[in-house]
Order: sequence, then structure tokens, then C-alpha cells
Amino acid sequence: MPETLLTARDLTVTFPDGNGGLHALGAVSFSVAPQEFVCVIGPSGSGKSTLLRVLAGLIQPSSGVVDYACGSSPRIGFVFQQANLMPWRTVHENIVLPLEVNGENAQSANQKAQEMVDLVGLAGFENAYPRDLSGGMAQRVAIARALIHDPDILLLDEPFGSLDALTRERMWMELSRIWQARRPHRDGSSKTVIMVTHSISEALFLADRVLVLTARPGKIRLDLTVDLPRPRSDEMRYTPHFGKLARQLKDAIG
Amino acid sequence: MDINPIRKLEGFTNPKQIPHTYWVAPLTALIVVFGWELTVRLMHLPTIILPSPIQVLERFGELLVSGSLMKSTSATFIEIVLGLLAGSITATLLGYFIAKSHLFERLVSPFLVASQAVPVVAIAPLLFIWFDTGMFTKVLICALIVFFPVLINTVVGIRAVPQSLHELMRSLRATRWQILRHLEIPAALPVFLGGLRIGATLSVIGAVVGESVSLDSGLGLMITQGRGGYDTPQVFVAVFTLVGLALSLYGIVLLLEKKFLAWQDINHS
Repeated sequence: MPETLLTARDLTVTFPDGNGGLHALGAVSFSVAPQEFVCVIGPSGSGKSTLLRVLAGLIQPSSGVVDYACGSSPRIGFVFQQANLMPWRTVHENIVLPLEVNGENAQSANQKAQEMVDLVGLAGFENAYPRDLSGGMAQRVAIARALIHDPDILLLDEPFGSLDALTRERMWMELSRIWQARRPHRDGSSKTVIMVTHSISEALFLADRVLVLTARPGKIRLDLTVDLPRPRSDEMRYTPHFGKLARQLKDAIG
Repeated sequence: MDINPIRKLEGFTNPKQIPHTYWVAPLTALIVVFGWELTVRLMHLPTIILPSPIQVLERFGELLVSGSLMKSTSATFIEIVLGLLAGSITATLLGYFIAKSHLFERLVSPFLVASQAVPVVAIAPLLFIWFDTGMFTKVLICALIVFFPVLINTVVGIRAVPQSLHELMRSLRATRWQILRHLEIPAALPVFLGGLRIGATLSVIGAVVGESVSLDSGLGLMITQGRGGYDTPQVFVAVFTLVGLALSLYGIVLLLEKKFLAWQDINHS
């Protein structure tokens, strides 16, 4: 197993704005190990989402490179800020979309979809349309859709940002559980996750490592290892160690 | 037949909340016909000005028996179907490329918009001079009228596909064809069918305009002949047949919407 799944070197992104360009990202370098759960945190406008889109291949970096150990076109599972479901497809049809795009045969696709539906706890809602789902349920569908084709990396862009506080905390538990349930991955490793967030608690609750980006142009200010034991519980958030880590992040975000 | 799309928009979507209103349209029609008959009788209007409903019905029977109504209707119907197909297919293809390419849009949209300022009625005689008085020109006129609403709605529909869903498809490394099939077509379909609904109704006008100039067959000819021969009941028969055609086409598009846009409808099973 390679030591790093992903290496980003000197990534910069400049958007043309007719005024010398908008520097969204300035020389970002880091690497991510297989199975690692990395959170990227930073003030609004620090280029977090831009970074994630570069990693997904949706945006070409202005300079720098992204190297995946698994080859030049890794399988991506992307979860957006809004659930981003297709309103004309049922829950089942939404989840199965990546397999349709990959040309997988219908029978095995349906079987995998059913596994995913069970995994994210939506059994009984297979034939519901997105408009009938709550925000949390829609986001579960989005997570199932992002996982069904067994991606090399799961990229999450503030996936719980639009949910209410209670639902959000329940989704943290769910995501932890799903992330651990998906081990072992097809090559014996678990899913590698990079998640953008603006919540310190969310980052500490979920991540093995937190990268703090500065304000625009985004650079990495802090690379913090979260050494809290797993599985993590609600209680952990009231321990002194959690408080200390939170403080470090808070200071780095500024 | 439910020809009122507004009801859907207003949110009266729960069938339990909508009182049964199917009887309203027939009742209204009955009242209008009754009022019409009464007006003709009370004011002693001559048939040439306004025939009574009974006279129109009699003429309808005669034209039906002689077979000329069927002949005219089928001629017009074929023109409409061909014109609708030709117009909407061209408009869909062109609309898609306009929506996808700004350069292409810059290139063709001034001409398209300018062409809409020219009434088809005005250029219809020209077209007959250029192309012949046959079927082709009548279908062409019909297609020209259908073209614009379908084009505009295709452009609007394709442009309105959410950027985030495009990102999703690209993150899955979907091909252009897959993006078209799985995203753009289903996402644009509601707006597109709205355009087709307008186009279907307008296509009837196109056919009549063509026939009124070419004067060789169809319901347009029947109207012109009726007017020329002071046969007002025949004009009425032709007009009502045209209305029937327009309503049928409209209904077909509604059926398509019901079939393909079930996901929009809260009443789905």
C-alpha cells in the first residue's frame, strides 16, 4: 500500500476578474495518506471549496500539480453543500447514477444501491422523490451516491452546512459510522476522505488531521493531527484535550 | 381535459383540496350555445351574418356526409403534424447549440430575433412565389410559426440546468453524451414541453395561413370558400374543426407532460 494516496504540490488558482486576477489559492502543498480523514477549515473565501474542486479535477489549477497514487483519473465521490440530487430521479435512481455513468449492469447496480440505501438508513424511501425528503435525508442520499461506485477518495464540501444544528450533529455520527462501516475497502484499506468545513467541532469530531487555510489567497497555516481516540462520542467534546485542540484551531483561523 | 396549467402553479395540487370542476367547461359551453341561439332568434340575424348553432350543426352534417370535411381536415392535419415536427426538431437542435455556445448565439440570435418581427402572414405570399404552391410551402409556414417558442424554451431550459449538477456529472467523468442523456434532457424537459405546448397551438394558425394563400386544400380553403360563397355556416364548421384540432394537439402535449413529468406532480402514485 502506498504511503500517500494524494499529493498536492504548490497549487495556486487564480480566477480571471479583469483586474489582475483573483487569487483564490496560493501555493498549497500537502499529502494525504490512504484511509485518512482530513478536514480543511478556514475563514470564508479562503479557497476551501476551490481546493476541493481542484482535487476533484473540476477546476484546473493555475500552477502546481495533484498526484494520485492510484493513477491519473481517480474515482471521485463528491458531496456538495446542497444535496444536489436530480429532482426527476427517485432516491434509488439518484444513488445508482454513478454506476450508470460507469456502465455497470443493472442487476449488480441495483444490488449495490440497495446496500447503500440500507447503509445510510433510508430503507423504505427508495421510490421517494427528492422533494419529499428532509434536508438530512437528502444529504444521506448524496452520501450514498458518492460512495456507491467505491471511489478512491471521498470529497465533501461543507456537506452539513445547510442543516440545522441537531441534524448536523446526528449526521456527524452517521458519517463516522458509514466511514468505518465501509472498511475494508476493495484493496483492504478504508475510504480516504477530505472534507471542507467551517465548524471546528465538526472537524475535531470527524478528522484524523485538520488543515487550516488562511484568508485569500489560501495557504496552509496549520496542519494539526487530531489524536482523539475512536469511536468518538458526544462526551469527548467536553474534555480538556478537545478544548485544547479547538483552541489551537481557533487561534490559527484567527 | 385540463387545459389550465396555472392550477398546477398556484399550488392547488392536493386532489382532496380541488373540488370536482369537470362540469364547469361543458356547462359554460352549453350556456354560450344557448345564448347564441337566443341572440340569433331575438335579433332576427340573417344566416350570412351569424348562423344559429342549429344551422351550423346542419351544415356540419352535410359536409361530413359529403366527405369534404374529412378531406379538408386530414389535409390540414398532415400539414400541421409535418410542420410541428419539422419546426420543433429544427428549433430543438438549434436551441441546444445556442444554449451551449455563446459564439454561436452571438452569430445567429440577431437574425432570429429580427425574423420574429416579420409577421408570417406578410411573407407567406413571398414563400409561395419562391417555393411552389404545394405542400412544402404550407409545411414550411407552419414550421416557421412553431419554431420560435420551441427554440426559446429549449435555450432557457438548457441554460437553466444547475451548474452544481454539471459539476456532479463531471466529477463522475461522464461523457458529453451521458451529460446530455442523464442531465440536460431530463432537466430541460419541463420548460421544453412548455414551448412545445405553445408551438402545437400556433401550428394550427400556421397551417391556415398557408392554406389561405395557396387556396388548394384544407380547412383554410374551406373558410375562404365559405366566405366567398356567403356560406357563413361553413366558415363556422371549419373554425370549430380547427379549434378541435388545436385542443387535441394541446392535449397530446399535456399527456406527454403527464407521462414524463410525473416527478413534478404531487399526485403521482
